[in-house]
Amino acid sequence: MENIFTQWFGNSLLTYILIPVPILVYVSVFALYAVLAERKVSAWMQNRIGPNRTDKFGLLQTILDGLKLVQKEIVNPTRSDKLYFRMAPFIVFTAAFMGYAVLPFSSVFMGVNLNIGLFYFFSITSLGVVGVLMAGWASNNKYSLYGAMRTVAQIVSYEIPTALSAIVVVMLTGTLSMNNYALAQSGGIFNWFIFGGPGDIYKIILIPIMVISVVILFISTLAETNRTPFDLTEADSELVAGVHIEYSGMLFAMFFFAEYAQMFAVSGVIATLFLGGWQSPFGDLIPFLNTPVFQVLWFLGKGLFLVFVQIWLRWTLPRVRIDQLMTMCWKYLIPITLVNLFLVGLYMLIFK
Amino acid sequence: MKEYFKHIYQTVSTISIGMNITFKQMFQKSVTIQYPEQRLQLPERERNRLFVNMEDCIGCDQCAKACPVSCIDIETVKVIPGDVVGKTGVTSQGKKKALHVTDFTIDFAKCCYCQLCVFPCPTECIYMTDVFEFSSFNRDVLKYQFADLSPEQGAEKKEMYAKYALEQEEKKKQAAIEAAAKKAADEKSKAEEKPADEKKETDSKTDNKES
Ligand code: SF4
Ligand code: SF4
Repeated sequence: MENIFTQWFGNSLLTYILIPVPILVYVSVFALYAVLAERKVSAWMQNRIGPNRTDKFGLLQTILDGLKLVQKEIVNPTRSDKLYFRMAPFIVFTAAFMGYAVLPFSSVFMGVNLNIGLFYFFSITSLGVVGVLMAGWASNNKYSLYGAMRTVAQIVSYEIPTALSAIVVVMLTGTLSMNNYALAQSGGIFNWFIFGGPGDIYKIILIPIMVISVVILFISTLAETNRTPFDLTEADSELVAGVHIEYSGMLFAMFFFAEYAQMFAVSGVIATLFLGGWQSPFGDLIPFLNTPVFQVLWFLGKGLFLVFVQIWLRWTLPRVRIDQLMTMCWKYLIPITLVNLFLVGLYMLIFK
Repeated sequence: MKEYFKHIYQTVSTISIGMNITFKQMFQKSVTIQYPEQRLQLPERERNRLFVNMEDCIGCDQCAKACPVSCIDIETVKVIPGDVVGKTGVTSQGKKKALHVTDFTIDFAKCCYCQLCVFPCPTECIYMTDVFEFSSFNRDVLKYQFADLSPEQGAEKKEMYAKYALEQEEKKKQAAIEAAAKKAADEKSKAEEKPADEKKETDSKTDNKES
């Protein structure tokens, strides 16, 4: 994308301001419709109908909800820290949105082809924690603070399995650039890293390791985005709404935007790392399906599928307890990823 | 160690069972009823708004007494001879109606739909119906008037009864006066007879004393 924009607008500041615009538009539209999808899917799973009053299938529902939120007054709680209170949602959203910079939507459409893309992604998205803690602290509300502290504990501990399970792919490809992961998985569905990546017949050994890695990466990113069953941050029944309690109007909507933006961002990363990124599942059999426009569709399809799985999980599982959350991370996910890492290392040593 | 893997196995298997169920549910027909457009057929005697069949009401006030929140107001006037209540003067079961019901108000803003007023009714004319959509912005609208007499008719009946009562009163007074007169007359005649008797009595008393 950088190349295209520099071609069109020259190498000026304007170019760099314009590059995020299509992504921002995409994120906004995605967030709006993901909320609707969430509501619809939950309704279907509970044998309900879901929003259907606005437009034919409730297609305008979230847009109108957004309009309603824009009209609402933003209330500052007494003795809250006004500056931080107002700043926090934007930090959360910005952190989530900055992750999109390195997501390879296709071989040409990506914000920036950083050579440390994955590293950048994990470090920048976890900055959202700062925003959440800021919101919790500035709200001057004990529940907010509890929620924020839980989030921090949760995200910081789940960083480890996230990174460790992603490192498996880094080891196999030897690169940190997001686009290179997608490039490395060219040639059809069996060359995706979930199926061991490209290689000779011995890669079959890798398949179980990779599947486990995907599952662990999925679980830990789920925890990082604070989705159910790891939504201890919000925990309506215990903390009312966690850090969201004191927020109203557009600031509240901002948190939601951030959550949904993050959902797609992590899904995009999983898709890039393990599901072939923008590669078409047919590989070179049908070259037509591997043109940049179709690549975008493949990438979005994979990302949205993972988002659907997130939603699906949310309406299936109850919330875990905080000790269960920590047990899962430290006792199960981290040891398993470490074993995975060791096995992949062994594989590389023997077969490469 | 065995425990450890058992936990993992349990987690994976139970989650997959759960996800399988929710996924299947997604394709089932929803059970929601789109209320204002679609409606459930309610039983005829659903416990909702009350209705009073005034043809049968004998104005006995039992329902008002049973109501725990006192939301039924009944005002009755006695029937004077020669007048009938309603058209026939009897209920559908042939009970004679002896009272004009000039006011029968149920305040549904107060009513708690407990149905306690329904059971004591001797003629089974107060009952609950399946109407439940009668919310309003004005509380006064919720005071339902069931009496079939208009206020003017009610006033007329009251007047009639008052007149009748007055007449009766007069009659009573007349009777009382007559009775008093009669009594006085009786007394008089008695008094005339008495002295002799008294004397006799005193005589006998003194006799007794002496003896
Ligand atoms: S239903 Fe209950 S509250 Fe309502 S009028 Fe009858 S006795 Fe009173
Ligand atoms: S109990 Fe029945 S008959 Fe008696 S006043 Fe109430 S409604 Fe009328």
